[in-house]
Amino acid sequence: MNPDSVRPVGHIVIDIENITKDYVMGEEVVHALRGVSLQICGNEYITIMGPSGSGKSTLMNMLGCLDTPTSGRYDFNGRNVADMNDDDLAAIRNREIGFVFQTFNLLPRSTSLRNVELPLIYAGIDSETRQERATQTLIDVGLGDRLHHKPNELSGGQRQRVAIARALVNNPSIILADEPTGNLDSKTGEEIMALFEDLYQRGNTIILVTHEADIARHARRRVYLRDGLIENDDTAAGRKMAPAAVAHR
Amino acid sequence: MKRFLYELTEGWKIATAQMRSNMTRSVLTALGVIIGIVAVTLMGTAINGISTGFDKSMAVLGDDVLYVGQWPWKQVDDWWNYRDRKRIKTEYAEPLNRMIAAAPNSNLVVAVPTSNLIRSVKFAGNEVNNVYVMGTTSDFVSTSTIDCKEGRFFDEMEARGGSNVCVIGYDVADALFPSESPLNKSVLINGQAFKVIGINSRQGTFLGLFSWDSMVVMPLPAFNKYFSAKSESDIRVKVKDKTRLADAKDELTGYMRRVRGLPPEKGDDFSINEQQAFKSTLAPVKNSIAIAGLFITGLSLFVGAIGIMNITFVSVKERTKEIGTRKALGARRRTILLQFLIESTALCLLGGFIGLLFAYFLCLGIGKAFPDFPIHFSVGLVIASMVVSVLTGLFSGFAPAWTAARLDPVAALRYE
Repeated sequence: MNPDSVRPVGHIVIDIENITKDYVMGEEVVHALRGVSLQICGNEYITIMGPSGSGKSTLMNMLGCLDTPTSGRYDFNGRNVADMNDDDLAAIRNREIGFVFQTFNLLPRSTSLRNVELPLIYAGIDSETRQERATQTLIDVGLGDRLHHKPNELSGGQRQRVAIARALVNNPSIILADEPTGNLDSKTGEEIMALFEDLYQRGNTIILVTHEADIARHARRRVYLRDGLIENDDTAAGRKMAPAAVAHR
Repeated sequence: MKRFLYELTEGWKIATAQMRSNMTRSVLTALGVIIGIVAVTLMGTAINGISTGFDKSMAVLGDDVLYVGQWPWKQVDDWWNYRDRKRIKTEYAEPLNRMIAAAPNSNLVVAVPTSNLIRSVKFAGNEVNNVYVMGTTSDFVSTSTIDCKEGRFFDEMEARGGSNVCVIGYDVADALFPSESPLNKSVLINGQAFKVIGINSRQGTFLGLFSWDSMVVMPLPAFNKYFSAKSESDIRVKVKDKTRLADAKDELTGYMRRVRGLPPEKGDDFSINEQQAFKSTLAPVKNSIAIAGLFITGLSLFVGAIGIMNITFVSVKERTKEIGTRKALGARRRTILLQFLIESTALCLLGGFIGLLFAYFLCLGIGKAFPDFPIHFSVGLVIASMVVSVLTGLFSGFAPAWTAARLDPVAALRYE
């Protein structure tokens, strides 16, 4: 890792404290998270790692505001989201979070442009601005010549780029990627990781959920989960703290 | 509001794209609604047609004419009280007309006696059965919708003199004289020859109700001479101002009591009828036909709606992951609800539109095949069926759309 490529972090975006999540499975209560505390600042590049069953998916859903914790505090950009209702969470997801999924989750019958426009539609932005921004974002991820192709006319790598463009288009505070290379061959995977690196260098905050150490090595900070608890938060790996963030700690 | 319109237009775009990509399925599903809408609209036009048909037949009676008869024009439970009433005689017309002329502010214009019975009419080798033969005076024209397309009605001289002349209806003329003009030809009724001096223009018949098309009118003295034996008589009285029908009725009742010489303590032994009474006895029949018909055809629309509901449920199930993705990207519950409602409504509108086209052409066809049936395809019907389509879409789409809107995003994203 080249320490020079580490960028100074910004203010605290995500601040969770002692959150737990219980699922009721039949008669049994599963404690997926048993009290996790984590702070993520602007312009961090962090992976969340752990074996299956470690609670990393649950943590990701929590961070992505797809789910609310059973207990604990979750502040997103200073707003407490732990008690928000469905529609408020939808608004946060729309404006603050860009999702990248393992299976891309593109709308199969819509063009790249239309897929990338989707978050802007839900933000209520007019058609002209939408097209402009979606086109620009697709150009940024290197798909300027694939605007009107449908997903089945694109390669796996290109599909994931469309999905990344879709995650970026609303200028979210964080990009939340769940095994983004899981369905790609290693070469294409490396290209996607290069794109994430590029996004990080341009100032985005990236949270990567993966179980592959190879992929995790791209990140500047690694959080290991086991049995619903943080086992190790590898913050030391060349992380530069902004004065404000240091003061906060 | 603006936000709602925005969501509506975006939802519409998504819905039409969805329908296009599932063309076969959309059309098959819409078929249920198409059939339903065709059934309902055809029933609607039929009910309209029956209604106008009734009104047209009623118009023959005239809305400014009172009919003095032995029986009232309504269902009576105590028919024995009416059976023994004295018959109405055509001679009453004369004293009635005198009283009308003598009254300074009479609401009545003229009393016209009519006698009638059913006979066959012959000419050369042709014969028409069940013709309504009527004897009356020349004043009859003013109380009826008779309108000669050829020739004329008999005049007062002919009427008083009892000449053997007659005016025939369109169907009678058509049957007896397929290739020549009936004017000045003599038709045989009961072996008696009557010269045709007028042919009434076509009125059309409906559901076997009375029409001038199958009748023959002649002067009363001639009628009495040959047919008086088994005939039925009544007196028609034309009213001056039809908005004051009740006053006219009272006046006429008074005159009739004088004609009959009834002492004050006795009740009327005659009935004064009007078109309205007849209409109101028929109205419940008409309404129950309409309700039953619409209910039965409504069932077929309901079946179509269930089809839409089913396919929307399937669509929600199939697209669970897509719904999860949309939610992750920031779609609110309302947005998802609206999207599926719009989809089901768009399907129903498509079905409604196609169904309406079908119904329109069917109506044209029926109109061509049965010109007598007064079929009506109105703008109101078009609007009504479109509204029904939209309501059907909302009704059938609501349950699946609600399910979709309430999906848990985590579970939906994980769904395979």
